[in-house]
Amino acid sequence: DQVLHIVPETFQQVQHLQLLCNTLMLDLWKPLLPEDIRAGEELHIRVPGPLVQEVKDSLDQHMISYRVLIPDVQKLVDQSMPRERGSHRQVSGGYVYTEYHPMEEIYQWMTQIQKNNSELVTQHFLGKTFENRTMYYLQIGQPSNKPKKIIWMDCGIHAREWISPAFCQWFVKEILQNYKTDPKISRFLQNLDLYVLPVLNIDGYIYSWEEDRLWRKNRSPYENGTCYGTDLNRNFNSSWGSVGVSFNCSSDVFCGFGPESEPETRAVAQFIKSKKSDILCYLTIHSYGQFILTPYGSTTTPPSNNEELMQVAKEAAAALTGKYGTSYRVGSTALILYNNSGSSRDWAHMIGIPFSYTFELRDTGTHGFVLPANQIQPTCEETM
Amino acid sequence: AMELPPGHFSAARAAAVAVGYLRYLRGGPGRGLELRALRRARRQDIDDVGHKYYLELELEDVLDKDRTVNCTAEVLYHLGSQTTAPDVQVTVQGELRSTEEADKEFYNRIRSLEKELVAENIPDSHGNVPPELEPIHLLAWVASGYVIWQNSTENTKFHLAQVKHVKQVKRSDEDLQFDYVVLLHEMVSQEVMPWEVTVLWHPGRGARVSRHRRSPRECLS
Repeated sequence: DQVLHIVPETFQQVQHLQLLCNTLMLDLWKPLLPEDIRAGEELHIRVPGPLVQEVKDSLDQHMISYRVLIPDVQKLVDQSMPRERGSHRQVSGGYVYTEYHPMEEIYQWMTQIQKNNSELVTQHFLGKTFENRTMYYLQIGQPSNKPKKIIWMDCGIHAREWISPAFCQWFVKEILQNYKTDPKISRFLQNLDLYVLPVLNIDGYIYSWEEDRLWRKNRSPYENGTCYGTDLNRNFNSSWGSVGVSFNCSSDVFCGFGPESEPETRAVAQFIKSKKSDILCYLTIHSYGQFILTPYGSTTTPPSNNEELMQVAKEAAAALTGKYGTSYRVGSTALILYNNSGSSRDWAHMIGIPFSYTFELRDTGTHGFVLPANQIQPTCEETM
Repeated sequence: AMELPPGHFSAARAAAVAVGYLRYLRGGPGRGLELRALRRARRQDIDDVGHKYYLELELEDVLDKDRTVNCTAEVLYHLGSQTTAPDVQVTVQGELRSTEEADKEFYNRIRSLEKELVAENIPDSHGNVPPELEPIHLLAWVASGYVIWQNSTENTKFHLAQVKHVKQVKRSDEDLQFDYVVLLHEMVSQEVMPWEVTVLWHPGRGARVSRHRRSPRECLS
């Protein structure tokens, strides 16, 4: 589409322009109506792409001079509103799930979700972060007087992995949106409770929005405030401090000064411990790499139920690939990635939760942590 | 030589080195090569020399994604040395898409700029790269490919996390010069390290890194 600037000189030219506008139904930007076109006064008309040549030919024929004010209207629109460039904009109840949201908005979102789905969703207090922010999880399921088995999912343990909290929000929306129409989901919520912690490392997440996009750890200060942050995924009590960690607080894999030294770790651990006999599955969502990781990171000795763990993971990876062809690799962290200790996933398995997985979402390094927002939808859809 | 499961971390790390090297050699403002899959990996332990990996890689040109680029690579990590770069050899099967026109256009565009180009945070926090900065982004892949190749060991896996800053420096000769600060993410330590890299580029001659050094983390803000 182009916008043309024309100054008609004669009454005949005015008439011709009015005719053109009316017959071709062109979009007059200035003046507003064809009847307001005057000789000697500036005209701006937007001409749809397919008609541009015809209109220009007609103007030439009538010796009406023009110049192109805007050569490409769409380009200008895209430039001025970069966030709406994606053709798949998922808005549900006013919340845009195909964008990354700061923590303030996520808090508001949780309140809204509970309000709009009060028969299925309750928001609960989990604990407080180092900087004293409240950690909430959402409990999703059909209320029942019998005790129900639980699936736990946490996102955002590492601040820079923005696709992870985006996934948790998407997941919640998807489940709730399709609960009534999808019998699988309604049976799921009948038999199980889903506990979702959309952002575990809240302080870190906020810091990655405000100060350092590539921050990973939480924000506890060490050494008199000269050094910040523990890697929460090295801080759990699973072979803590043994391998794949640093005891130097400036390292991105600093494991803290003891297992569960961090308030965020304690909040999660205490809760999971209290419910462990009912928890079937522990899921923790990270990026990047495209992996479904099984225990352990601290040793290559496989867990007792390794065969079953691997089988379920392989089926999950296959289903994931089936959606958009994205390939995920499956295996233990120690074999596929590196050695690490103190991870939440290892800890969950060690205390007896049978199915414990780390998901590393898109991509494999091209964008890494800075995954474009236009990949939120496909990433989340395939992971569901 | 011992066959490795392609999912094993040592194979993935060697592949990252090969890709970095290839990006340096064959990349440019009009060509960015990306690893699609590691098809096969073998390892040979050579006494008194080091560990050599034989890789079969499937790559794609990000500007020509429908095509597959197959290549084989050999990566030799020298024994005991943390300071010598691995020796890398890569053979690309078939021809890569020509970038002659895009290169010329980019070259002329930059040469005709009145003010030297300056940009930061590519991509931005939300993963966006404005289209006119995409060639600068791809040239950063070339720059970081060199740094990754030069600084990798069997215990590291580097990726370019973000271009923090880039500044064009006008030259009296025919090369374009860009001074980059790139952030490299190292997977094993999870560290993000800033590196200052100077790249010289010319459409006929390709890219050359003239200077590179790691800068202290504090320099970031």
